[in-house]
Amino acid sequence: MATSQWWSSESFWRKTAIWVTGGSMVILILLTMDTLPQISAGSKRVPAYSVINHRIEYQLDNTRHVQVPVIGKEEPLFGVKLTEEEAEALVSHGKMTVQAKNCMNCHTLLGNGAYYAPDLTKAWLDQYWGNSDIRETQMVEFIKDPSNKLHNSLNRRMPNLGVTDEEARAVVAFLKWMSAIDTNGFPYNFKSIEQEN
Amino acid sequence: MATTMGRLDSANLNGGQKLAVKYFLVAGILFGAQILFGLISGLQYLMPELLYGVLDFSVNRMVHINALVVWLLYGFLGSVYWMLEEESQHEVVGLKLGNLIFWVLTSAVTVVVLVYLLVQVGPGNQTSLWLINEGREYIEAPRWADIGIVVSVLVFFYNVATTFSKGRYTGIAGVLVLDLLALFGLYLAGMFYTPNISVDQYWWWWVIHLWVEATWEVMVACIMAYGLMKVLGVRRKIVETWLYIEVALMFGSGILGLGHHYFWIGTPEYWFTIGGLFSALEPVPLVAMVVHAVFDAGARHAKNSNHPTMAWLIAHAFGNFFGAGVWGFMHTLPQINLYTHGTQWSASHGHLAFFGAYATIIIAFFYLAAQRWRGGVWMSGELPGNGWKWKWALGLLNLGMIGMTVALLISGYEQSQIERAIEGSSWIGYFAAQAHPWFIQGMWWREAFGVMFALGFVLLVWDLLTIGKGETRAQQAIAAE
Ligand code: HEC
Ligand code: HEM
Ligand code: HEM
Ligand SMILES: [Fe+2]
Repeated sequence: MATSQWWSSESFWRKTAIWVTGGSMVILILLTMDTLPQISAGSKRVPAYSVINHRIEYQLDNTRHVQVPVIGKEEPLFGVKLTEEEAEALVSHGKMTVQAKNCMNCHTLLGNGAYYAPDLTKAWLDQYWGNSDIRETQMVEFIKDPSNKLHNSLNRRMPNLGVTDEEARAVVAFLKWMSAIDTNGFPYNFKSIEQEN
Repeated sequence: MATTMGRLDSANLNGGQKLAVKYFLVAGILFGAQILFGLISGLQYLMPELLYGVLDFSVNRMVHINALVVWLLYGFLGSVYWMLEEESQHEVVGLKLGNLIFWVLTSAVTVVVLVYLLVQVGPGNQTSLWLINEGREYIEAPRWADIGIVVSVLVFFYNVATTFSKGRYTGIAGVLVLDLLALFGLYLAGMFYTPNISVDQYWWWWVIHLWVEATWEVMVACIMAYGLMKVLGVRRKIVETWLYIEVALMFGSGILGLGHHYFWIGTPEYWFTIGGLFSALEPVPLVAMVVHAVFDAGARHAKNSNHPTMAWLIAHAFGNFFGAGVWGFMHTLPQINLYTHGTQWSASHGHLAFFGAYATIIIAFFYLAAQRWRGGVWMSGELPGNGWKWKWALGLLNLGMIGMTVALLISGYEQSQIERAIEGSSWIGYFAAQAHPWFIQGMWWREAFGVMFALGFVLLVWDLLTIGKGETRAQQAIAAE
């Protein structure tokens, strides 16, 4: 058994382990430094919070062969145009509500979370809200008290989580902003509101 | 010592081991809670009215997965305390402090769970995130508890590192100490708030992925190394060389394999290549571990001092390979993950991987503890009743888990076809898939196999409490090579 082959040498593998780990970590940190600016709010892929002042569509990009969010003409949420700071505060309040109410233990956001209820990545664009004139009020009303609004044959209802009117509006702002993130075509084949099949 | 043979007597344990069994006891209780809340959440898929508005799915699921994370961490802490004195040949340096921290941590866990169950949710502000829950999967624990956890693990780390430096600093010790540092350091990446969900999930995956696919894997590789020396008598040089190989392969693939979570969260497209490539290599060390364990057992004609431990170590090697390696590989390429991302596929993999890789090896250590606690009793062949309890527990738990995994996979296939590929993941599309008979059948089978799993758990507890009782034979001597 006692060989002096390099491949059975303890110290060779110890050094390999250290170098491989250190090298991988360095590469990960460099990639992270490259990625973070690309996903900061206001970048090309992750829009500024004031995007909620605009219309958002989800269209096929013919060069990338995936659907991407397209930011359209001015169409302020709840009819009120916000400054960048106001928009950020609103979206942030929405995000905080989403965390405090534990939405992610029933829903997925960007595909991560729980699988008991629909993915919310593009919820703002969902055809189930009817048309864009009534969407905002429909969403606020639903989130405030979904317990008497059933939309499926399974009797699987979302509970009343005690979301206030102000919080519900903030959540809708957060959902609208999230729908404008470029997610490389996820969810695939999604048909957005006011877009023919 | 002979007088206490066959009786649970803490005189049979060294200082670290006395602390370890406390961690193991709490781990066992939380494992039971995990199963209970898993069964309730599973039932809510089938009967949505069950506990609606009282204990909603989100609450039950949160308790289910938090209990999981905490009992595995308790299992790890226990396992490290278990081997610490033998491995370092030195008494645990800060045992009193270690004991104190055990009680602090356990009280904190109790309060957190009570708040989850009784308060559940709060208004959308920072106070809720500090006091109730943070709303981020797996690491929901409120910020105050995060800080408590950090303090506790610092004390633990101090205990481990100084005990090794005062005693013998083995190869296993070297890997373990650095790995613990990384494991706990990563937790900090999950302790901040940002409105930007892409940035949020970017760092969230550092905690989740770099835990389960890097630092936890290395952690159990250390535990496995000790276990193989202990029950099979494998030579230290072999297990330690093998450990370094495992570390190189696991960190070499797992660290950049993180990219398989950066396909769809707003991150740039180069992650397709990096994540796809490196995560596809992650099964390699898991195959290597199967070879290692099976070869070592075979070379000794499976002659070992603790049959249940050995069986669970082998279950670990295979479970890790199938749950993480095979089930992970199946959906790790972006071309497939586009359709399976966030479906019951993920749940199928998550269950088999967590159970196969981590629950198994901690159960193996429960048996080591039971053996020593009763004075180092015989646990090889010819146990009373032919050891039917441990064998049936092993069978029911593993079959129950395999059944759940396959059921979830079938539902996942259906969901990725109908909801994802055809319907485009809309609200209507989601429910078109959920209402499909194939999906619903999968949910029923999952629940049925979940009950089988729960029966296995009851038997496991019964066995652990009784195995070796009244035994007069000492454990089988293992000839160290
Ligand atoms: C206990 C589980 C549960 C929790 C927690 C939960 N939801 Fe829901 N949610 C559901 C279910 C179930 C539906 C589907 C209801 C239906 O079809 O009638 C739903 C539907 C929705 C929809 C419409 C679906 C779509 O695709 O647009 C939105 C929006 C939504 N929830 C937002 C939220 C937000 C925001 C939170 C947190 C404040 C939240 N949900 C928390 C279960 C939950
Ligand atoms: C023991 C090790 C592992 C454990 C415990 C584990 C566990 C999990 C869990 C629980 C999830 C779901 C996360 C969520 O809630 O969103 C997940 C996701 C995932 N895992 Fe693993 N995993 C392990 C190893 C692996 C390996 C080795 C691979 C690849 C070869 C892999 C590939 C994936 C992928 C691609 C996802 C994303 C699923 C999605 O898109 O929804 N995993 N893992
Ligand atoms: C005893 C029977 C069990 C049942 C009925 C059960 C049921 C469930 C349910 C319903 C969910 C929620 C999935 C969803 O969001 O749709 C879940 C999640 C999860 N469970 Fe279990 N569970 C059981 C045991 C276990 C065990 C033993 C483990 C691990 C050791 C485990 C690990 C997990 C993990 C990691 C998740 C999160 C998965 C993800 O997000 O992808 N469960 N379980
Ligand atoms: Fe991963």
